[in-house]
Amino acid sequence: MTRAMNRVVITGAGTINALGASVPATLEAMREGRCGIGELEFQDVDRLAIKIGGQVKGYDAETRFNRQQLALYDRFTQFTLIAAREALAQSGLVFSGDLAATSGVILGNSGGGMTTLDANYRTVYEDGKNRVHPFVVPKLMNNAAASHVSMEFNLKGPSFTVATACASSNHAMAQAFNMVRSGMSKAMVTGGSESMLCFGGVKAWEGLRVMSKDACRPFSANRNGMVQGEGAAIFVFEDYEHAKARGADILAEVAGFAMSSDASDIVMPSKQGAARAISGALRDAGINADQVGYINAHGTGTAANDKTECAAVADVFGAHADQLMISSTKAMHGHLIGGTGAVELLACIMALRDGVIAPTIGYEEADPECALDVVPNEAREAKVDYVLSNAFAFGGLNAVLALKRA
Amino acid sequence: MSIKEQVITIIAEQAVLEPSDVSEDSTLEDLGIDSLGLVESIFAIEEAFDISVPFNANEPEQSDFDISSVASIIKGIEQLVAEQKK
Repeated sequence: MTRAMNRVVITGAGTINALGASVPATLEAMREGRCGIGELEFQDVDRLAIKIGGQVKGYDAETRFNRQQLALYDRFTQFTLIAAREALAQSGLVFSGDLAATSGVILGNSGGGMTTLDANYRTVYEDGKNRVHPFVVPKLMNNAAASHVSMEFNLKGPSFTVATACASSNHAMAQAFNMVRSGMSKAMVTGGSESMLCFGGVKAWEGLRVMSKDACRPFSANRNGMVQGEGAAIFVFEDYEHAKARGADILAEVAGFAMSSDASDIVMPSKQGAARAISGALRDAGINADQVGYINAHGTGTAANDKTECAAVADVFGAHADQLMISSTKAMHGHLIGGTGAVELLACIMALRDGVIAPTIGYEEADPECALDVVPNEAREAKVDYVLSNAFAFGGLNAVLALKRA
Repeated sequence: MSIKEQVITIIAEQAVLEPSDVSEDSTLEDLGIDSLGLVESIFAIEEAFDISVPFNANEPEQSDFDISSVASIIKGIEQLVAEQKK
């Protein structure tokens, strides 16, 4: 087993998602249990059966980016840069010299520039045009966001994008954590983003028949599926000694992580695979199960995920499963697919730093198969020392992070 | 081909069986069709009849569309064709 060498802390956070265009706005919405899910607004939405989502509304790209930038930035890249600017500003880090040479950016993303694909397929197939904008490829490639972050902040170290569907951000942040823990980098920019809310993106998801038409109600007996979201969350992971030496404000410590694959089914989750990732994260962090006070659940609101996840938590935590709190914030911001673990890490930081546990809103009926304290509908004040963040992807790829109070 | 014969053909193809081996009282589970196979069969049925089948994989038992046996699926499709093809 890998032994921790350097301690890793979070010294900056930024976001834009359906709950707000900054970390303070998002955490306020989470404290209030506000729902960011509403009617989708985009071309051809009337041809969809699923018409709701956690869409970023009131967003004007032209006030954030100039014309040349917009020609190159898909919506998922725009969201990433907005979140990165907030995170880097909070961290106070400026990258130059050796620090720049060893610091990089590792992001999670699943769909790449899906709104760019959608718009350009419409141009060639529906409108019958034979020409598309010259930047379609650099705009839609799913490493575009990581590359633009590296350019804007002079990050010249290891940089790449991780695609593991719904676990992309957690896998990405785990890699960034490892870079700093191992001593390869003093600081890494990490997190993830997604923007699939366009006609083709939602139409594809409709096909699986796992989407809800009215609300995301994780763990509630009357849940009827997932609801998509969009946005980004970005963090600065930094070597503890480096952060301390420069007097940085430490938001939380990343204590450990684990990854596993179910090796069983392309869509159905496995209790064993989830349990191995959860118990592995505890082991990597060097903590006992009873030290965990809160888990930010994967909690998609599908029949399959929620009962499997609760069974895995019950297996790993035994009697302590009834003591800890577990909530899914997807009922508020929707499922950001490749960006979801990053936005959900904000709820983990709020739990550790502010002592506020984000609720599972939309909770209406107890489900005996999800008989845990899911913090229904209202946020709760509680002091917790360690938290976990679960992500279990289609394809059976799991990644769980463990965080510690700073 | 009748609606019944078409539905049985679609289900048989999904189950990798001959249509003559699909009895109306069998369940999808009997035929070895899992949740993904079911979603694929419903898609094929929607395409064949140009109808929309109200089915959510999260609450199959609460759906108006009864999938408990091949016979119930045929009955459901006959109803939907009658309603949506007026």
